[in-house]
Amino acid sequence: MQATVNDRTTELAAQFPILQREVHGKRLVYLDNAASSQKPTAVLDVMERYYRQSNANVHRGVHTLSEEATTLYEDARVRLAGFINAPSDKQIIFTRGTTEGINLVAHTWGRANLGPGDEVLITQMEHHSNIVPWQILRDQLGFTLRYIPITPLGELDLRELDVLLNARTKLLSFVHASNVLGTVNPVPQLVQAARQVGAKVLIDGAQSVPHMPIDVQELDADFFVFSSHKMCGPTGVGVLYGKRDLLEEMPPFMGGGDMIRSVTMTESRWNTLPYKFEAGTPAIAEVIGLGAAVDFLTDVGMGWIHAHEQMLTRYAYERLSQVEGLRILGPEPEKRGGLIAFTLGDIHPHDISAVLDMDGIAIRAGHHCAQPVHDCYNIAASARASFYLYNTTEDVDLLAESLEKAHKLFG
Amino acid sequence: MEALYREAILDHYKHPRRKGHLDAPDIQYHDHNPFCGDELTIELKVEDGVVVDAAFDGRGCAISQATASMIMEEIVGLSVDELKTWDKQYILDMLGIEIGPVRLKCALLSLKVLKAGLWGLEEWPE
Ligand SMILES: Cc1ncc(COP(=O)(O)O)c(C=O)c1O
Repeated sequence: MQATVNDRTTELAAQFPILQREVHGKRLVYLDNAASSQKPTAVLDVMERYYRQSNANVHRGVHTLSEEATTLYEDARVRLAGFINAPSDKQIIFTRGTTEGINLVAHTWGRANLGPGDEVLITQMEHHSNIVPWQILRDQLGFTLRYIPITPLGELDLRELDVLLNARTKLLSFVHASNVLGTVNPVPQLVQAARQVGAKVLIDGAQSVPHMPIDVQELDADFFVFSSHKMCGPTGVGVLYGKRDLLEEMPPFMGGGDMIRSVTMTESRWNTLPYKFEAGTPAIAEVIGLGAAVDFLTDVGMGWIHAHEQMLTRYAYERLSQVEGLRILGPEPEKRGGLIAFTLGDIHPHDISAVLDMDGIAIRAGHHCAQPVHDCYNIAASARASFYLYNTTEDVDLLAESLEKAHKLFG
Repeated sequence: MEALYREAILDHYKHPRRKGHLDAPDIQYHDHNPFCGDELTIELKVEDGVVVDAAFDGRGCAISQATASMIMEEIVGLSVDELKTWDKQYILDMLGIEIGPVRLKCALLSLKVLKAGLWGLEEWPE
């Protein structure tokens, strides 16, 4: 069973040109997928073909190239809607990524709906992109920002949820799958609790969309955001999904071209969804590339990707637990996505990563843009290995061997 | 591996020289590297413009901490004026390794802390 899974993986890995390169004379073992994934030929080719054959601005010209570019761009939107089962492609707003998606909601919905006496509830395991925008807005609007704490095992501590989430709470914003702990949070329970007090829900899907089947209607979030570059697509693009009535009510984010219906010297009228939120020339090639990434992932099968990563994570959890001095952050494999953050004795994560790099192994070292999580564990930083569809159990073995080497070197 | 973590660096990292604090330092400066959280404090006792005692304390990666320890080994007996002439190249020669742009910050943290202390800066200008 394991052998066949690895066989399919090897076949998939062959479609990623970068995975054929060497680093310091060794085969590249890429285990930094939570930071950014690699891109398959299918995505690279589509983007190159766009620039070579169809490049023009969208929604603007009536010449052939502009028509082609617009069709490609809007086709990608339809694909994205299908990929996360959005009711309509009008609810797919292209952003620059997860960070911009959250900032968009903060600046438009937030400004229109938050003020003194209101509360926004987030969690202690958020990425900085779901903390800082709310802190900035809190300082301007005077609402209160609260945090759901985490347990020593790295799960949300929901014992006080009925106090933290109350009649003053206007928004519950939380990460679907943590980029440090791996924890997959209980969406149904959290959404239901938010509904009971009438709070809106924003879910950060940056680490879930690339790795598991997602149905935004089933999740029932009001807003759902994610980034292309973590799901085999290019950098510079992401998606904000929102419930239609909310998006209709919200004021626009940035002002400029494409987002207006009419402009006079005194006032402007906003365009319809989704264009109201897409001011200026978008990242056209990148959106088209993301569309190709979604096709690629659908062909591979999101169910298969999830099962494959679960298998790898269980394997890695066991194998890494045997490395002397290694401590894994977060819950057991069954409760997490495909990543494992850890410390190794008191070796600084930068030193761990540098030793691994000499063996061609790429992991992340640092606070992973989530300092509050590390504060919980009283550590400044950690090392993190994160998996994707092209990783194998052999990659995990190489990782473990290299970590044992690091332990010896610094021990 | 040897390229980055040569024996001398590992030795300084595992057995840091002059790690701790001075009783009444004339110069004391602390700073950290926001990207990786490395921390470093350097304390000096100075008589007639010459360093007569020194100590450092900190936590961080092998490169940042070994560099601080190596500096400690050289510093006592040198004049403040001489120390002010130390530059990036001096530190890199002392380390004797090839170093990339990311780890360069680790290597130069001690120099940054030392110089700020010597010049009596309140805060490192951004
Ligand atoms: C959980 C989580 N949220 C948000 C982000 C931010 O994504 P981006 O930098 O693509 O905007 C990341 C990735 O770094 C993440 O892992």
